Amino acid sequence: MADKQTATSKEMLQVESVIGRILQVGVIFSAIVMAIGLGLFLITGKSGYPGTMVPRQMGLILQGTWQLKPYAIMMLGVYCLILTPVLRVVVSIYAFYKERDHLYVAITTLVLFILMVALFIGVHG
Amino acid sequence: MMQTALLMLGVGIFAGIAGSILGIGGGMIITPILTLGMGLNIKYAIGASIIAVIATSSGATIAYLRDNVLNLRVAMFLEIATTIGAIVGALLTGILDPKYLYLLFGCLLVFSGWNMVRKLRRGQEVLQRVEPDKIAAKLKLNGSYYDKAEMKDIDYQVENIPAGFSVMFGAGVASGLLGIGSGAFKVMAMDTFMKMPLKPSSSTSNLMMGVTAAASATVYFFNGAILPGIAVPMALGILGGAVVGSRIMQVLPAKWIRIVFIPVILYIGLQMLFKGLGVHF
Repeated sequence: MADKQTATSKEMLQVESVIGRILQVGVIFSAIVMAIGLGLFLITGKSGYPGTMVPRQMGLILQGTWQLKPYAIMMLGVYCLILTPVLRVVVSIYAFYKERDHLYVAITTLVLFILMVALFIGVHG
Repeated sequence: MMQTALLMLGVGIFAGIAGSILGIGGGMIITPILTLGMGLNIKYAIGASIIAVIATSSGATIAYLRDNVLNLRVAMFLEIATTIGAIVGALLTGILDPKYLYLLFGCLLVFSGWNMVRKLRRGQEVLQRVEPDKIAAKLKLNGSYYDKAEMKDIDYQVENIPAGFSVMFGAGVASGLLGIGSGAFKVMAMDTFMKMPLKPSSSTSNLMMGVTAAASATVYFFNGAILPGIAVPMALGILGGAVVGSRIMQVLPAKWIRIVFIPVILYIGLQMLFKGLGVHF
């Protein structure tokens, strides 16, 4: 019993450090993108768009980022930040799978599925 | 412009530190500053606060995962309840009078605050039963964490899983219907109902908040509620603040965190009760 206990927590530790590292990369990446956008915005004093317009379609944001428009880069960074928790759920599924914890692979997949339903309702509601 | 950016950065750092220590989103701090302090439209304030919740969650849990305080199984299991709740809440908008929800959750939070005072008096943090809870054992929800304040590993058990699950469902409904982060409810579900120690409760709540908020954040993102000039410096401040805050949290004795948490939870609870009763101030 005691042996089993330590094995489980050891595995979990490993799983969590893998998740931690991937998430770190994701969060730092979005922070860097946001910081670049903000830096450009403050230095140039221009948002890259007329008036108070904020680009919100993905196509417009990517196009603006390519043209180095500050607001577009900032919005891209925000979008990456929004995706970091979703990334965490996806990585957790993989981690539980590696741990051969089928129960939690199922539970976490269910969470991802519900999240997708929520996103779908959000976009279309 | 530079002034706004610096101000939001500062607000963000503060909100990030406070939010990550307590396991509540930055919304409670961010929204009043933006609406009352800066006269920003509530739509943009909500947009900013939902980004704040995600930034707090992502910033804080980077450190937590490495330090192994978080309980990932509890987080994912309860996340089922919160996400379904959030969908139900969003669908109930316009059908269910939010008044009753405010009243219900106001009462729950006040009860939880009172319960925390009792816990503080007894000085007992960790549940250790001879007979572990059956559902908790089956779902492998019991865990352990290293407490840096006490410098030792702390094994803990959880119980009352159905009650915790129900409160989490309610927290999801509240966040979908009322547009609030409901971090305080999440800590309450784990700490008060499931008897999980405060530190893992707080960091698990932080992780869960980010996941729940991500779903609604996309909506706000595409309907134009995010002002990059405000949200970006704030998010950067929060990310930094949350990394620092989560480090502070680990070395703080759980008792101190609880002492800070009690007035906060009572404040939110009373605010909700008043809102439910139709009193505004």
